[in-house]
Amino acid sequence: MLGRTAHGIHWMFRYLERAENTVRLLDAGFHMALTRDLVTSEEEWRSVIQTAGLKKDYEKAHASYSGVQVWNFILRDKANPLSVMDMIDNCRTNARLARNAISEELWEGLNVAWMEIKEMFSKPITQRNLGEALSLVRNAGTLVQGSLEGTMLRDEGYAFARSGTFIERADNTARILDIKYYLLLPSLAHVGSSLDTGQWDTVLRSVSGDRAYRSLHAARIDSRGIMEFLILDDRFPRSLAFCYSELRDNLAELARLHGAEGECNALMRETDQNLSETSIEDILDIGLHHFLLGFIAQNRAIAGAFANDYRFVS
Amino acid sequence: MTGRNFDEMYGRAEPGKGEVRSAYGGYCDWLNEQEPEYLRRKQRDADSEFRRTGITFNVYGEDDAEERLIPFDTVPRIITANEWRKLSKGIEQRVRALNAFMHDLYHRQEIIRSGRLPQRLFRDNVAWLPHMVGFTPPGGVYTHIVGIDLVRTGPDEFMVLEDNARTPSGVSYMLENRETMMAMFPDLFTQVQVRPVANYPRRLAKSLAACAPPAASDKPVVAVLTPGIYNSAYFEHAFLADQMGAELVEGSDLRVIDGRVAMRTTRGYEPIDVIYRRVDDDYLDPLTFNPKSILGIPGIMDVYRAGGVTIANAPGTGISDDKAIYSFMPEIVEFYTGEKPLLPNVETWRCAEAESLKYVLDNLAELVVKEVHGSGGYGMLIGPTSSKKEISDFRRKLEAHPENYIAQPTLSLSTVPIFQKSGLAPRHVDLRPYVLVSPDGIDITPGGLTRVAMKKNSLVVNSSQGGGTKDTWVLDD
Repeated sequence: MLGRTAHGIHWMFRYLERAENTVRLLDAGFHMALTRDLVTSEEEWRSVIQTAGLKKDYEKAHASYSGVQVWNFILRDKANPLSVMDMIDNCRTNARLARNAISEELWEGLNVAWMEIKEMFSKPITQRNLGEALSLVRNAGTLVQGSLEGTMLRDEGYAFARSGTFIERADNTARILDIKYYLLLPSLAHVGSSLDTGQWDTVLRSVSGDRAYRSLHAARIDSRGIMEFLILDDRFPRSLAFCYSELRDNLAELARLHGAEGECNALMRETDQNLSETSIEDILDIGLHHFLLGFIAQNRAIAGAFANDYRFVS
Repeated sequence: MTGRNFDEMYGRAEPGKGEVRSAYGGYCDWLNEQEPEYLRRKQRDADSEFRRTGITFNVYGEDDAEERLIPFDTVPRIITANEWRKLSKGIEQRVRALNAFMHDLYHRQEIIRSGRLPQRLFRDNVAWLPHMVGFTPPGGVYTHIVGIDLVRTGPDEFMVLEDNARTPSGVSYMLENRETMMAMFPDLFTQVQVRPVANYPRRLAKSLAACAPPAASDKPVVAVLTPGIYNSAYFEHAFLADQMGAELVEGSDLRVIDGRVAMRTTRGYEPIDVIYRRVDDDYLDPLTFNPKSILGIPGIMDVYRAGGVTIANAPGTGISDDKAIYSFMPEIVEFYTGEKPLLPNVETWRCAEAESLKYVLDNLAELVVKEVHGSGGYGMLIGPTSSKKEISDFRRKLEAHPENYIAQPTLSLSTVPIFQKSGLAPRHVDLRPYVLVSPDGIDITPGGLTRVAMKKNSLVVNSSQGGGTKDTWVLDD
């Protein structure tokens, strides 16, 4: 396969994953804001913007935090350097680049979803149709992932797609966890208070893990349990441990198909080992923030080595 | 004007009044049993099907319409087995002549020595490539893929309007139109026996592989070279690569290594044997042609001349589909095949010749005038539908550079009905059959692409000017 085509498939799935995760984050924020009074709801929207890493860009465009401004900014605003619409556009552009290496169903599924999203996002999203707008993006993700599973040959193309999904997802989960924990809970005095419980609930919702967590932990919301769940529980598909077990398999498959390991495999093993040999106590000892920053950097290093090993660019 | 034209479904009779011509008998039997509302719904389904699959083309210079659909009409254009036999003989003869002509032009130039073709025609022609002189492409094939544009003016009157010997496009529409028709109206295809077109990509792959260079292994690697996703025909490039199981490469994926053209794969650089290029000559090799090009592959022409790669179509084939050369095609066919042309040209006046120029200037309002190097329906004058001012503006351009123009009579092109809300309405059509050339022979896919002017009385069928397409049927015997 061409390096450029591999790059196209990989980034098609990275952008798709990022769009999906951004939408989950918005959905959690929206849910939270609905249950708050006006002042705390403004705080909630501020925190959504911060978690999305858009504080600077947002404040250049707007002086205040209101729900309708925030979701339009994140979803479709031209002032946002990477809105959800841009992510979906980029996802499709990469799919076009790799058009002859992905299945027809996969392409058509994405293309139809893109048309619907484009149509809907061409006008401001109101409170009334926010839910529908968010579903459209989430459903696009589900549809494309389903087509991939059901129709793609299990060759290198598939592994480039899957590795894109899990590199991006690991990054996104780590960021959400990091920002929520450190930026939004300035004082440890909050721990155990009702605000705290609500915030943790939002963290779980942001990665669509609230139901799964509750089923495992019988509705006991405690910060340590949630951290352990999102970082180390390899049964939950958005946890770091799960992402890395998938990434490990796909990178190993690519190495097998290419008959040689690259730098990315070595880096991968290191990070993977860190995850599997670490307990939540160890993480709290070195500090969650410190741990997550280290993880995000390692994840990025793997992505860089990966692009290099498989000649994404000349 | 439309009333006197030959309609391929109804002949010269008033639409719906006369007898249906035999080619359309089976189709009309089926059509008469369908509810109008059903047909309307199917027409809408067809549009959304095309949009869904992303069968779009890009229009240069239109911001909001990066991707547009070419209108598709659900009434097929039908050719009988007998008509097709005659057409394909004529096409084969013409394509054989084109290849012999190319070889001669870049070698001994017998046709010029014999005085049948003026030397000025190629000496000053930008499509003439000195780099090709004395070189014979692998297998002796110059035009691996040819599109011959045909028009019809009566039951037995088919003429060649244009030869496309560079990088003829549109074949993906031929394939997708059929695919769509079969999905929309499966019952129709059980009632009428139509010759299939779906194996074109396989035939293309086989034909290209048969032209592999001496350096190739016994399983030649074929790649489609595209200018990239912003090119107007990108969909087609990706489609053909996908259907052939070939790689879709851009110039930036390629480089010359050890005397071969190699593509950057995830395993490193791997050699390519045959490049089906969908870029112009100018963008092939910045070392040879266009130093400013970022689309080309530096050094590819040296590899080509050393037998390390096949480029399809060969560089320099543009010389043969020039409109000035076109006017000499009857002589060219006769010179190389020793036979009279089976398919006539449209009568053509070369404005470079004083006598012709005078005639053209005197009759501008009745003629179609085209730029010699133009394409896509741009820069032409259609006398009968132009205003006095347009004609006088054009007259000035023509007088300033007569050698840049040819003129042809305004043909009463045949029509085929299109499906409209109010029923069937006749529209002008042309036909582009696709021809594959390899040392194994000349292979013509039955049918081709029918382009149709969607506007009433319009003679311009180009998709860049709002033209649409139809599925083209060649009936089984």
